[in-house]
Amino acid sequence: MSSIAQKSGGLAKESEPGDDKPFQYHVFETEHDEEEHGHDTGTMLGFWIYLMSDCLIFGILFAVHAVLGQNYAAGPSPADLFEIEMILVSTAMLLFSSITYGFAVIAMQNDDKQGLVRWLLVTGGFGLAFLGLELYEFYHLWHLGATPMASAFLSSFYVLVGTHGLHVTAGCIWLAVLLSQVGMHGLTHENRRRIMCLSLFWHFLDLIWIGVFSFVYLTGVLI
Amino acid sequence: MATAETVHGTAGALVTDPIFGRLTWDVLPFHEPVILAAFAGTVLLGAAVVGAITYFRLWGYLWSSWFISIDHKKIGIMYMVLGLIMFVRGFADAIMMRSQQALASMGYEGYLNAHHYDQVFTAHGVIMIFFAAMPFVTGFMNYVMPLQIGARDVAFPFLNNFSFWLTASGAALIMVSLFVGEFATTGWLAYPPLSGPEYSIGVGMDYYLWALNIAGIGTTLSGINLLVTLVKMRAPGMTWMRMPIFCWTTLCTNVLIVASFPVLTATLALLTADRYIGTNFFSNDLGGNPMMYVNLIWIWGHPEVYILILPIFGIFSEVVCTFSSKRLFGYTSMVYATCVIMVLSYIVWLHHFFTMGAGSNVNAFFGTTTMIISIPTGAKLFNWLFTMYKGRIRFEPPMLWTIGFMITFVIGGMTGVLLAVPPADYVLHNSLFLIAHFHNVIIGGVVFGVFAGINYWFPKAFGFKLDPFWGKVSFWFWIVGFYLAFMPLYVLGLMGVTRRLSQFEDTAYAVYFVTAAIGALCIAAGIGAFFVQLYISIRDRDTQRLRDFSGDPWNGRTLEWSTSSPPPYYNFAFTPQVHDIDAYEHMKRNDYKRPLKGYVPIHMPRYTASGIIISGTMTVMGFALVWHIWWLAALGFLASLGLGIAHTFNYDRDYYVPADEVGEIEAARTRMMAEQA
Repeated sequence: MSSIAQKSGGLAKESEPGDDKPFQYHVFETEHDEEEHGHDTGTMLGFWIYLMSDCLIFGILFAVHAVLGQNYAAGPSPADLFEIEMILVSTAMLLFSSITYGFAVIAMQNDDKQGLVRWLLVTGGFGLAFLGLELYEFYHLWHLGATPMASAFLSSFYVLVGTHGLHVTAGCIWLAVLLSQVGMHGLTHENRRRIMCLSLFWHFLDLIWIGVFSFVYLTGVLI
Repeated sequence: MATAETVHGTAGALVTDPIFGRLTWDVLPFHEPVILAAFAGTVLLGAAVVGAITYFRLWGYLWSSWFISIDHKKIGIMYMVLGLIMFVRGFADAIMMRSQQALASMGYEGYLNAHHYDQVFTAHGVIMIFFAAMPFVTGFMNYVMPLQIGARDVAFPFLNNFSFWLTASGAALIMVSLFVGEFATTGWLAYPPLSGPEYSIGVGMDYYLWALNIAGIGTTLSGINLLVTLVKMRAPGMTWMRMPIFCWTTLCTNVLIVASFPVLTATLALLTADRYIGTNFFSNDLGGNPMMYVNLIWIWGHPEVYILILPIFGIFSEVVCTFSSKRLFGYTSMVYATCVIMVLSYIVWLHHFFTMGAGSNVNAFFGTTTMIISIPTGAKLFNWLFTMYKGRIRFEPPMLWTIGFMITFVIGGMTGVLLAVPPADYVLHNSLFLIAHFHNVIIGGVVFGVFAGINYWFPKAFGFKLDPFWGKVSFWFWIVGFYLAFMPLYVLGLMGVTRRLSQFEDTAYAVYFVTAAIGALCIAAGIGAFFVQLYISIRDRDTQRLRDFSGDPWNGRTLEWSTSSPPPYYNFAFTPQVHDIDAYEHMKRNDYKRPLKGYVPIHMPRYTASGIIISGTMTVMGFALVWHIWWLAALGFLASLGLGIAHTFNYDRDYYVPADEVGEIEAARTRMMAEQA
């Protein structure tokens, strides 16, 4: 014990001049010492952890699809239903939206508010196009009689793809909210942080979609 | 039975009114005397509480100082209060089951029909795990952890308040189900197809789903919050290996929460889809797979067990070294044991259903991993024992609970290892032996730990100790009651009695069931003694005997004892600098003096009402979804979304406490400490 005390005692002494105590037990903060920066990293870490928990939800839905994905119940199979060309187009929409979001972030880092807003609008446009195509696909399948009630395969297909779609919808709403907040307050510290969070969210959804595209659609039509 | 069918009939008729959904006057329990009595009692009690609050004009105070508070300490206390209320509710269910089974085993019919009995055991399980144990554990983590790491609040204070109200919202839905409609009759994990749309046509299952979905979101958010707090907000000098053990267990628990509650959310969402949309995830036809539900729910469910017990292990670790006046034996091994348990808890879930028929290799794997968990747990027990060895032990109530835990938990652990052997499990599966086992570890572990923690940290939270005499009375009633109530169930289980039965043919069981019922009454006396303890302590709070002037009533070792009791809302006037594992003990050993000047403004978050309001609209949405009142559900959803978005337009979220105010609060503490000396 004493050796520890001696060791760090010497260190602590110099940090608090004029005091004969061997240890300093407080951080004497200067006024407004806590930088906003420290809080930010917390938000980004928290958002990452949230994304990982969300990833787990998708993980479960993918696992469910792996179990149920071939239980057609004498109904249609992926090969009968999916129009892979259209899915390719919607995939392209989402991938482009990720690139344009990247441009938006670059614009933000250059303090170019106009550029940021422009690229965010383009991103939102791609997102909406993706959602439109998804809704059209669901509508189309429903009319063929391929409803979520028809078989376990379709249940899991609709819920997996639909959950991703709901996330994209939430992303689009968030985007709209952020655009108005950037309009109101400009490129403030909070707004920059929020744009970075949405950026993470948006790329995350892109990543999930790559899984959906390869695992649900491509594998589905190839088998 | 006829009454039960009436309830079923109204919901089962599937007449959905556009305005009121399936809600009619028939769903109120006017035809069930037992529920009606409970209803009347609850309404009277509720009216008395509401009346008292109104009479003493406390609504404004409660609202502005508690409900909208984002202070982690107040939120922690609110979690504890919620847990306590729901614990009493869940215990009422337990008394009903024990008395019904005692009556039935003696050849009487009893007073609970099968349909009602099924609701009672389901509600008991759901309430005790989700709305008693979870709030208790979350309450402790919320209150204690930021203080122990020398932080002023959690990383996301608003989110913390919101998480609490989401949990409360789930609890409210469960309470409403007691009187408006019915609760699930499926058992606490609601296996399909029994819980599917075909076999659970009433609203009970829907209450279950929405209550757990809403509360589950709250728990996930709280997990993220506490995790970031631990990673980012530790005081300078507090390296990972200097964190108090309670913080380590909190860390592992929140990793488990973040990595398992999404599984629960997804699984329940799929069951919800089966019930509301008619999908075929867990149905028997069209390719559904009910066993997939059982797998998924236990992939959440087993880590959940450790979510409950790990923080409790942390509480015992704090208590045992404080009351043995010694440094914890084997700190490092304790940390690694906790982490190993955290990892292992993910690879044992299949032991809950060895009888599924996964084959001997799969069962052998999961049986082995289950048995391996007893190794780190055993290491922990030895650490606690060696901490006590040659310590100056003070037998205050927290320490009694700890010793009671060590003995009881070991017995429960050993029957657990028995159940981990797949061939033995084939015999004991679904029997009262299993019921005895998990109550042995949950009561002997979690409940004892909660009482140890309440007795230990109460003076920190309120500034006065709990009366030790009544604490000891409570402890002895509890531990005797526990053994009387659950040891007979081991015997009954070995005799072949299965769980969830409300009627028996054979009166040979009577002696065991009656003993168990007497045990439950002893536990009731233990709970009663706890409330007497609270009353006496509040009455005598200003006496020298109970008042805590120093902030350190137990000669504690960690940072929470270095600040006043109760701590100021900013926790610490100066951020502590940590040099050792037991940071405050190190300070005391080196003649630490409280600084009396040099205060600076402190950065704090503002209170906000968004959390309680959004949770309120989400409760309305949940209720509307249960009763298929679609317009109201849509309204509730849009309101929640709109209010959530509106909250993000509030940029004015924090402020600085002026240095003068800090100085005044600290000066008051100086005077109080002088008063004692």
